Amino acid sequence: MSAVPGWCFVAAMAALPLVLPDLYLLSVLTSAGIFIIGAISLNLLLGYTGQLSLGHAAFFGLGAYASALASLGFDIGIGFGLRLTLPPQPVWIGFLAAIAVAGGFGWLLGRLAFRVRGAYFVIITICFAQVLRMVALNWVELTQGPMALIGLSPFSLWLPGQGVVELYAKNQTYWLVLGVAVLCFLVVRQIVHSRVGRALVALRENETLARSVGIRVTHYLVIATVVSAGIAGAAGSLFAHNVRIVDPDVFLFIYTVTMVIMVITGGKGTLWGPVVGGLIFGLLPDLLRGAAPPEAQWIAYGVAMILLVMFLPRGIVPAIAALMPARRPGRGATASPVSQEAP
Amino acid sequence: MSAPPLLSVEQVAVQIGGLVAIADLSFTVAEGEVVSLIGPNGAGKTTAFNVITGYMRPRDGRVRFRGQDLVGQAPERIAAAGLVRSFQRTSIFGRCTVFENARMALHLRGRTGLLGALLRLPAARREEARLQEEAWAMLDFVGLAARADTPAESLAYGEQRRLGIALAAAAAPQLLLLDEPAAGLNPSETAECMALIRRLRDRGTTILLVEHDMAMVMRISDRIVVLNQGRVIAAGPPAEIREDPDVIRAYLGGAPGWESAHAAA
Ligand SMILES: Nc1ncnc2c1ncn2[C@@H]1O[C@H](COP(=O)(O)OP(=O)(O)OP(=O)(O)O)[C@@H](O)[C@H]1O
Ligand SMILES: [Mg+2]
Repeated sequence: MSAVPGWCFVAAMAALPLVLPDLYLLSVLTSAGIFIIGAISLNLLLGYTGQLSLGHAAFFGLGAYASALASLGFDIGIGFGLRLTLPPQPVWIGFLAAIAVAGGFGWLLGRLAFRVRGAYFVIITICFAQVLRMVALNWVELTQGPMALIGLSPFSLWLPGQGVVELYAKNQTYWLVLGVAVLCFLVVRQIVHSRVGRALVALRENETLARSVGIRVTHYLVIATVVSAGIAGAAGSLFAHNVRIVDPDVFLFIYTVTMVIMVITGGKGTLWGPVVGGLIFGLLPDLLRGAAPPEAQWIAYGVAMILLVMFLPRGIVPAIAALMPARRPGRGATASPVSQEAP
Repeated sequence: MSAPPLLSVEQVAVQIGGLVAIADLSFTVAEGEVVSLIGPNGAGKTTAFNVITGYMRPRDGRVRFRGQDLVGQAPERIAAAGLVRSFQRTSIFGRCTVFENARMALHLRGRTGLLGALLRLPAARREEARLQEEAWAMLDFVGLAARADTPAESLAYGEQRRLGIALAAAAAPQLLLLDEPAAGLNPSETAECMALIRRLRDRGTTILLVEHDMAMVMRISDRIVVLNQGRVIAAGPPAEIREDPDVIRAYLGGAPGWESAHAAA
């Protein structure tokens, strides 16, 4: 797929606050954007390695907590009369901490879970998220438990000529989320269109054959989990500083399910799938809020999901791609699609 | 035969569940040879391949490749050491195009890791261009370049078999193990397959072949190892094997014309 339509889309989204300065719409788009980032990260695992992580909210929540704790600072006992103290840090440090902590846990989980794949991986990821939720609920000294971490500062950016600017305005947060989303999209795209991405797809398509041509299973699956977890952590950090409060519910199963639905309806294993699915399932519930009672809405979504899975089992993006004339990369062309079109 | 062998299989025994799939297997392959491993159905040929390439652990014995013991190593490590196999049941990346298949099979010919992929540094770009060239060269070599954009699963059966060989040969392994490359092919496809194996050998690849088409085995092999019920019953050049009474008995209870009996396995 050529990059031109993609950049046009980004430009249109960037111009939106100027054309349509509707605060409600912007805040809905911002939170949809945060979940789209989560869906992009999930897609790297689910779509390109074929491993279903049903605990993806774990990385999202880890990022949210890491970022919140770094920016609030903490002072906790760690046994033996020792204390671990961190003075409050700027939010961007929290953002990096979120990526690092989530990525680190991704590495751990990858090392453990990829010895067992398929159903076992699914189960381990579910347990992982549940355990983290329990920790967040019960380690009150660190997390305030169910009372939640409150009073988080908004994101701040250093802008030339203006110094550090706190992003209180809705349109500023919106642009920040858009920027991070574009960056995460590009990270996944670079990986997918590389030797690493081909190794992931090869493992997904035929692991026995992939190993026979020298592709190291654990190595590549761990790479994918770490990157995926890191991006989910970034989304969690954005989430935390957007709503300015973090409670143990960030680990809830429903967040994972939301991301899974976004990826599957949009088209797993396609770069644009999570974006398309994320826009639909991120925006519809809020935009239809006035139009129909929630119960009716949920029934409508259920029916829509079932119809989508029945008629577009590979998702929306592959279905649209199938309608367009196939591009044939000629010999000597520098870019060729890595099996993006494969479901 | 004074040079140390490229591959030596030493007293390998394999048990699958309660069944002894290989009782005692020893043979060697020297650099540059085409060696065929033949035997009736269930003799243990595929099992031997699985042991050599790390997909199965033998109960006993050693497999040495350039002096290094392979037992206990993972298939991907063994492939990286220069020993790659093809599969008896057609094994391709079905939903990917033929060209993508070739690029995936060239994994070992590249080095780009996560950082190189993310930053697209000049070295990574150059490598990507080179791998692309090599993929085309491989497809030309096996005559599938015209099918480059076709999903592998839509290829004709014979083409899929050829792609399977191409995937194994792509990264130019020193030793190529082919498990019944001609299975299910018609006579003209079989001839093409044989020509392809010869060209691989001429390129400097040593080949260990499992094949039921005896006409092909007799014409292409430098040496033949005959396996029956998990044991070697004969080994030597084709002319010797053809006359070996044990071999004839194992194949058809001594009746003449045994070479055609398994041609359609
Ligand atoms: N995964 C397995 N589980 C159980 N038994 C197996 C398995 N693989 C092989 N066997 C048994 O081991 C023996 C050797 O099988 P193998 O596949 O190596 O034979 P082969 O020589 O390749 O035969 P063919 O010519 O039919 O391919 C057979 O008796 C077979 O039934
Ligand atoms: Mg076999």
